[in-house]
Amino acid sequence: MPDSALDPESRTQQLTGAQLLIRLLERQGVTHIAGIPGGANLPMYDALTSSSIKHVLARHEQGAGFIAQGMARASGAAQVCFASSGPGASNLITAVADAKLDSVPLIAITGQVPQAMIGTDAFQEIDTFGLMLPITKHNWMVRSAQALLEVIPQAFEIALSDRPGPVSIDIPKDVQNELITVDTLPEPGKALPCPVLEEAHVEAMLTRIWQAQRPILMIGGGIIYADASQALIEFAEKLDIPVVQTFMGLGVLPSDHPLSLGMLGMHGARYTNLVLEECDLVVGLGVRFDDRATGRVAEFCPKATIIHVDIDHSEIDKIIPSALAIRADVGEVLHTANFMLEANVRPVWRNRVDQLKQSYPLILDGENELFRPYGAIKTIASLLDDSVNITTDVGQHQMWVAQAYPINRPRQWASSGGLGTMGFGLPAAIGMALAQPERKVICFSGDGSLMMNLQELATAAEQDLDIKVVILNNQHLGLVRQQQTLFYESNLSAVKFHAKVDFAKAAEAMGLKGIDLGIVDSPLDELKNALLQPGPWVINLPICETEMVYPMVAPGGANRDMICGASA
Amino acid sequence: MTSKTMSLLKLTVNNHPGVLSHVCGLFARRSYNLEAVMVRPVAGSTLPRSRMWLLVNEEQRLQQLIRQTEKLVDVISVERHELAGSVFEQTEEFFV
Ligand SMILES: Cc1ncc(C[n+]2csc(CCOP(=O)(O)OP(=O)(O)O)c2C)c(N)n1
Repeated sequence: MPDSALDPESRTQQLTGAQLLIRLLERQGVTHIAGIPGGANLPMYDALTSSSIKHVLARHEQGAGFIAQGMARASGAAQVCFASSGPGASNLITAVADAKLDSVPLIAITGQVPQAMIGTDAFQEIDTFGLMLPITKHNWMVRSAQALLEVIPQAFEIALSDRPGPVSIDIPKDVQNELITVDTLPEPGKALPCPVLEEAHVEAMLTRIWQAQRPILMIGGGIIYADASQALIEFAEKLDIPVVQTFMGLGVLPSDHPLSLGMLGMHGARYTNLVLEECDLVVGLGVRFDDRATGRVAEFCPKATIIHVDIDHSEIDKIIPSALAIRADVGEVLHTANFMLEANVRPVWRNRVDQLKQSYPLILDGENELFRPYGAIKTIASLLDDSVNITTDVGQHQMWVAQAYPINRPRQWASSGGLGTMGFGLPAAIGMALAQPERKVICFSGDGSLMMNLQELATAAEQDLDIKVVILNNQHLGLVRQQQTLFYESNLSAVKFHAKVDFAKAAEAMGLKGIDLGIVDSPLDELKNALLQPGPWVINLPICETEMVYPMVAPGGANRDMICGASA
Repeated sequence: MTSKTMSLLKLTVNNHPGVLSHVCGLFARRSYNLEAVMVRPVAGSTLPRSRMWLLVNEEQRLQQLIRQTEKLVDVISVERHELAGSVFEQTEEFFV
């Protein structure tokens, strides 16, 4: 790259499209980009070497996508991943789709074959625009270097505004190489202000809450994305209303907060789902009434009317008709409400909730035994403090962690909620560690899920990050095994791994430290040592394949019909 | 052609390549019934705009469909329109 191109003295600069792209990303405050180079994005990688942006070389583009997601979930800022055309772009798809369902601001930038070759089935040509279209908030094919001046800031604006989400930008190679003379660079894109809130709507909400005898707050990821956790706690405390959290809302309330009823839905505690049977008002705040939370919709909170507050207009009345809906930033609604409301106490309802809590508690079977799921999770939590970040993969281990690990602050928790992607945990942990190097990250995984992006162990070793991958190893695709046990008369089909993998050795082969707690003399000491030492570790913790996640609501069933284990 | 359950939507959209894919892709993936589409650049507009007429067969989910359509970045406005005298009625002879 010619030096004159970046001379701050001369206002007019000649840049290639790729150089311009990198300049615009720097101006957006991007510090890390995860990705993999290839033929169609060579100019971007050429321009990257003279940039302050640090590149994180993933081992698979899906890993790159999830690394960027981990950074975005930890920080709230939009994050970028790079891939080449064809297989590079198609490998990104899962991470982008995952970001869409969990509303994560991810910016996927792909190289494309030169425009003159588009449509000719050129080497590594695929229709990235068409593939990304249904899984992004918006996407572009950039047809000139000039267009980058508009598209890049707009991409950040869209990814961050209202309900956040992924965008994708496909840039043909000739556009990356095109020379352009630039006078002034555009302002960086940022979140647009939310629609104006009408106070009358907040008043109407408060009136309904005052009239209710047995209200519940149902809170989700929207509270975290709106940075409204403190406002929510103040609101709940002043009005004395118990709170249920969705999977995505974990961490808004400290887990031991007296008003917290934990997680609702498919794997919620019995008392949590039973309180919802009795409540007469549900105030949904930053939630989308996902089927894993509601169970069979027709039987969700049968006695309650619904108030729904969400920034996404299309979520309102999508699943459940609301008696009152407010389309607004949930943080603004809560701040306004906190200012207007009169504090209240609800001793009768709180008593009833406590009664249910005592009669139908969350039973964490085996919570004092290291080689039982809840015991492993509780032991690990007891050795750490709230400064650590937590990721999971997908399966039983994910639900055990959601039920039992004390997630006590917003953005402490990153897990694939909407898409349920096995392979999320490790690369997301890498991203969280890159975004917040001062925090340790614990990735709870399963022996099935970890295999889906195992190659990223090498990335973790290369970056020398303080990540601990804890495998709750049952030699099975445990959650599928559980479903076959419960709903297919134990006709176990394709769920057992007959070949045993030595994960500790696999870790060592890739430059991490590894330990198998199943074969050491003092597993607790070894566990403590591995967790507390800095640096990347893989910790194998064998558990029995017959362990189950309870309670469980059958998919499509009503939340009151919970299947419970023998000890419940 | 136009039964009682049909609605007519008038969209103003950015005249970009890809905008038709964004609109039709949305209808396909949310399985909204789209009966007919007519689209042309807006005549005499200083901005690059197109007008898109959509005939949809969705009574129950019409509001949801409109809100989803409004979320598309290249869609500037969505209005409901009278069925009578619509562009689809006037061009019926081209579709026999
Ligand atoms: C990419 C992907 N493929 C398949 C599934 C379906 N699935 C859900 S859970 C699960 C088993 C997960 O096994 P493991 O990671 O070992 O966790 P465990 O349930 O044993 O704790 C499978 C196959 C999925 N969620 N994601």
